[in-house]
Amino acid sequence: MKAALAHWRALAASALALGSAGGWLGAAEPQAPPQLQEETVQLKEAPGRELTAGRCNICHSLEYIPSNAPAMNRGVWQKEIQKMKDRFGAPITDEEAKQILDYLDGSYSGKS
Amino acid sequence: MATRRELLLAATGGCLIGRVWATDAGAAPEAEALASLPGKRPLIRRSFRPPNFETPLAELAAGFTSNDAFFVRYHLSVIPRIDPASWRLEVSGASAHRPLTLSLKDLQSGFEHAEVVAVNQCAGNRRGLFTPRVPGVQWGSGAMGNARWRGVRLREVLQRAGIASDALEVVFGGADAPVMPATPAFVKSLPVERALDENTLVAFEMNGRPLPHWNGAPARLVVPGWVGTYWTKHLTSIRIEPRAFDGFWMKTAYRVPTGAFPGVRFTSQETAETTPVTELMVNSLITSPVSGARLRRSAHAELAGKAWDAGAGIEGVEVSVDGGRSWRDATLQRDLGRFAWRDFRFVLDTSSAGRLDVAVRARSRNGAKQPDKLTPNPSGYHDNIVQTVSLEVA
Repeated sequence: MKAALAHWRALAASALALGSAGGWLGAAEPQAPPQLQEETVQLKEAPGRELTAGRCNICHSLEYIPSNAPAMNRGVWQKEIQKMKDRFGAPITDEEAKQILDYLDGSYSGKS
Repeated sequence: MATRRELLLAATGGCLIGRVWATDAGAAPEAEALASLPGKRPLIRRSFRPPNFETPLAELAAGFTSNDAFFVRYHLSVIPRIDPASWRLEVSGASAHRPLTLSLKDLQSGFEHAEVVAVNQCAGNRRGLFTPRVPGVQWGSGAMGNARWRGVRLREVLQRAGIASDALEVVFGGADAPVMPATPAFVKSLPVERALDENTLVAFEMNGRPLPHWNGAPARLVVPGWVGTYWTKHLTSIRIEPRAFDGFWMKTAYRVPTGAFPGVRFTSQETAETTPVTELMVNSLITSPVSGARLRRSAHAELAGKAWDAGAGIEGVEVSVDGGRSWRDATLQRDLGRFAWRDFRFVLDTSSAGRLDVAVRARSRNGAKQPDKLTPNPSGYHDNIVQTVSLEVA
């Protein structure tokens, strides 16, 4: 998870460098940037949590997982992981996909 | 949240039209977590990254939704802050005779300005209220707002580039980008006829101010009557093309079963099974009182809310306090334009104590009415079913 966050920060920093007028955050804006606030999102403790958090977190913050739980079962999670892998290019091996599916189905199927 | 709503429905014996809304205090905490994006008031946080923030019900009561309370919706997480002085808009494509590049100054000083008041609503607004639940950002009712948009007519920009007679679609790209290079960029297209509609704008102002960063600065597309997915933010490229655009966000995402919904058809993108979501459905929102509110017996009490459609305009709003057996007309307020929402008011009878379930149904000038039942679709779009708030007179 730490590695993914570092990866994200590097991307955010490069996005910041792209903007010529102060980058991502203007100097006068007081609030914490969303990519720092989001560290408050914690997933349930269970085997596969670190792998799941680390992979999902590359592209999006983690509250997508608990907020979607009421709509999910094993089959829908399977499709979702497949979509992230095949359509969105998430760097997830087949073996990792299986572990992530077990974690998400076990902790976030039909529950909030 | 669904459980709670089901309980409320069960408590009414299931006789209500539509759905009782759980908008009162004490709703599920994850549904009401407020957070601030820089430059925005606290909004309902659906996700931090990409940022998806919903306008709270109280902020939807105003005629124009304030810029710092307007909802924020992104698919991709890399959102550069753009320097207006270095921003450029490329207009090109296989059906453009004279490709051109415009600066913001070119856009603002080279074309006649145009304004439209229009509702911007996410196709998935209210997805979180679907039964059964469907995956996606679990929006409540605030992935929408009404604003006065000012910019230039898209058709004049396209005409400057020269539109070939074989033009079929116009394709729009923005500056927001994915984290992973393999993730499809958020590119959308419109049928050329809709792109040429006089109401379709390249807008740089919202409610008299420059567009907020989180709503597409320095310029975005405004497609009145069509769902928000077409209102490309941070617009950087426009391509006039003779072929149907085949990107992920057109061919796979933002689609509904063919024939399931009324509204204009996007025929160059349609298949036998699915078709792009296009126009808004006739709809309404009760902004006050909120479900669960207590009204004092015999005291003056008024229902207030909004009704809108895809641009035919609102013909009327009806209110039922007897579970849908009889309906009476609410009073429509000032008309801000056919693409805007229309405020309505209705005096509630508080003479007898007890539970008061109030249902609201809008009808469009084209004859369409809000339905009682949800039309199922896998992505949870177009929820416009009749809304009921449950009040208590005591």
